Amino acid sequence: MNPTEKPVNQKAWWLVLPVLLCVAFSAILPLMTVVNYSVQDIISPERRVFVGTEWFAAVMRDEELHGALWRQLQFSLAVLAVEIPLGIALALSMPAQGWKSSAVLVLVALSLLIPWNVVGTIWQIYGRADIGLLGHTLQALGFDYSYTGDPVHAWFTVLIMDVWHWTPLVALLAFAGLRSIPDAYYQAARIDGASKFAVFRYIQLPKMREVLMIAVLLRFMDSFMIYTEPFVLTGGGPGTATTFLSQYLTQKAVGQFDLGPAAAFSLIYFLIILLLCFVLYNWMQSLGTAHKEHAHA
Amino acid sequence: MAQIELDLAHAYKPNPQVETDYALLPLKMSFRDGGAYALLGPSGCGKTTMLNIMSGLVVPSQGTVKFDGVDVTRSSPQERNIAQVFQFPVIYDTMTVAQNLAFPLKNRQVPADQIRKRVGQIAEMLDMSHQLDMRAAGLSADQKQKISLGRGLVRSDVSAVLFDEPLTVIDPHLKWQLRRKLKQIHHELKLTLIYVTHDQVEALTFADEVVVMTRGKAVQVGSAEALFERPAHTFVGHFIGSPGMNFLPAQAGGGVLTVQGQAVQVPQGLAVPEGALKLGIRPEYLQVSAVAEPGTLAAVVRQVQDVGTYQMVTCDAVGVVLKLRLTPQAQAPQVGAQVFLHVLGPHTCFYKNEELVA
Repeated sequence: MNPTEKPVNQKAWWLVLPVLLCVAFSAILPLMTVVNYSVQDIISPERRVFVGTEWFAAVMRDEELHGALWRQLQFSLAVLAVEIPLGIALALSMPAQGWKSSAVLVLVALSLLIPWNVVGTIWQIYGRADIGLLGHTLQALGFDYSYTGDPVHAWFTVLIMDVWHWTPLVALLAFAGLRSIPDAYYQAARIDGASKFAVFRYIQLPKMREVLMIAVLLRFMDSFMIYTEPFVLTGGGPGTATTFLSQYLTQKAVGQFDLGPAAAFSLIYFLIILLLCFVLYNWMQSLGTAHKEHAHA
Repeated sequence: MAQIELDLAHAYKPNPQVETDYALLPLKMSFRDGGAYALLGPSGCGKTTMLNIMSGLVVPSQGTVKFDGVDVTRSSPQERNIAQVFQFPVIYDTMTVAQNLAFPLKNRQVPADQIRKRVGQIAEMLDMSHQLDMRAAGLSADQKQKISLGRGLVRSDVSAVLFDEPLTVIDPHLKWQLRRKLKQIHHELKLTLIYVTHDQVEALTFADEVVVMTRGKAVQVGSAEALFERPAHTFVGHFIGSPGMNFLPAQAGGGVLTVQGQAVQVPQGLAVPEGALKLGIRPEYLQVSAVAEPGTLAAVVRQVQDVGTYQMVTCDAVGVVLKLRLTPQAQAPQVGAQVFLHVLGPHTCFYKNEELVA
């Protein structure tokens, strides 16, 4: 476009200013504080030494942190692998209209309304062998279940707790995606003689792509930052079996007051999430458009 | 291919009591094998309901649907072997154009080489051969609708192909082209085609027989000529034609016709039914005289519009507005002038209770 056709008007910047201020105070300034900590060794409020990238280097060599990162990746991938298919299946089996639909929607959304620490407490009691329904039943069935003693049991309990808590979010998003498909698509599929699976594969799944992308990103980010529930349920144990990144970071920053390494790792943590979201987003974008290059050839 | 017979009524809500509860009032109709039909009517007249009942997407609340004498009322679209094209393009986003066109065949386990051949033919017919490997999702709305049309036509053994206002999203110049294509396909493949539309030009140019519908009722089935010359119902007269038929309330008895208290002499040799009537005269057939003659009614010219291909003259006859069409070359009367309109002529139709009587 020819720029001379439009008069230049820079006044619009004033309209952006409020947003810039909000973002500055809510995101940029706090972030810069963290950046500030990450490059200094703060011995006391009066004494601080600039250390450059030393904390970053130290954090990268930290074996405990590698362990936490690895556990975190496994956990987040497990969360996605279980919650996304389960959420879709749930959405597909929910009634589409009438009072049943409303009732089921409320029922499904119920777990989303419970605060994180309450979820942890619920499962802590639920899994106990003496008074918990789950723990007691498993014990009675002859299964030696103990989320406080067995690392594998603890890991799976945290996973199942997250699935219980957050699959409804995926289901609601998928349900909204399904409802937005016009009836004509289903009618056309009936006319074309499509099987139930073909309807799912060629109509429902492609039409849910956008909402599923949101679901995957949300669930990935949230699970990657999980803190409260495992903290309440297992306290990160037994050993370090359920110590995920956030908890490790909190131990460093608040428990040991190692502000420098904690700040350095916070930034790395942030960049990891950003990078993985970027990769996930681009991968999912390309899923439905695999033939595009071909089309332009 | 099949002869389709309908003897049914349909209401979307349970226990219909009054006429307005019905989407389709009780009707009997049959569609000949290999015919090209149009269902024509305004929005909400029940034409799409009728189409969906024929295709099996909707089960009628009472009555039967028969294909070649076999009751298929409760059969699925697949069992009926029906093809249907919808108003808005339905395409499978993740597939290419070729895969879209092949989908109905693939679902029916047609051998791959036959599919390829048939898809090639259809693509050529729709001028889409060069787009076969493109992703369907990236195309424009009318290209997508062409794919939908193609999916409707790709099976050559179907009982009928049903079109539900398929050209709504298509550009006008392409509309003509595609309609001609459909006509051509009809001649080549001898498929039964049923076409729903609210556009009379579309219906009249496409179909051998047009079913005119209003308020859940099929008021007339006939050729374009019959609908124009002898509308069976005042609605047909009003709906078909541009502008629609003129209607003039009148009272006939003893060889005299009275229109709003003004007597019109009945010309010799013209039989006029007795009693309260409505005269129906097409604007194309309304003749003007400068002097009073038998069969004429005095009127005042209110407006003369040159519409390009014809001139439209609006007159006021004893409080009733009558419109007439003149050729662009004809000498139009002056606005305000008194003229005499031949309301009783060979083309005049007579209606009682909105139904044609003579």
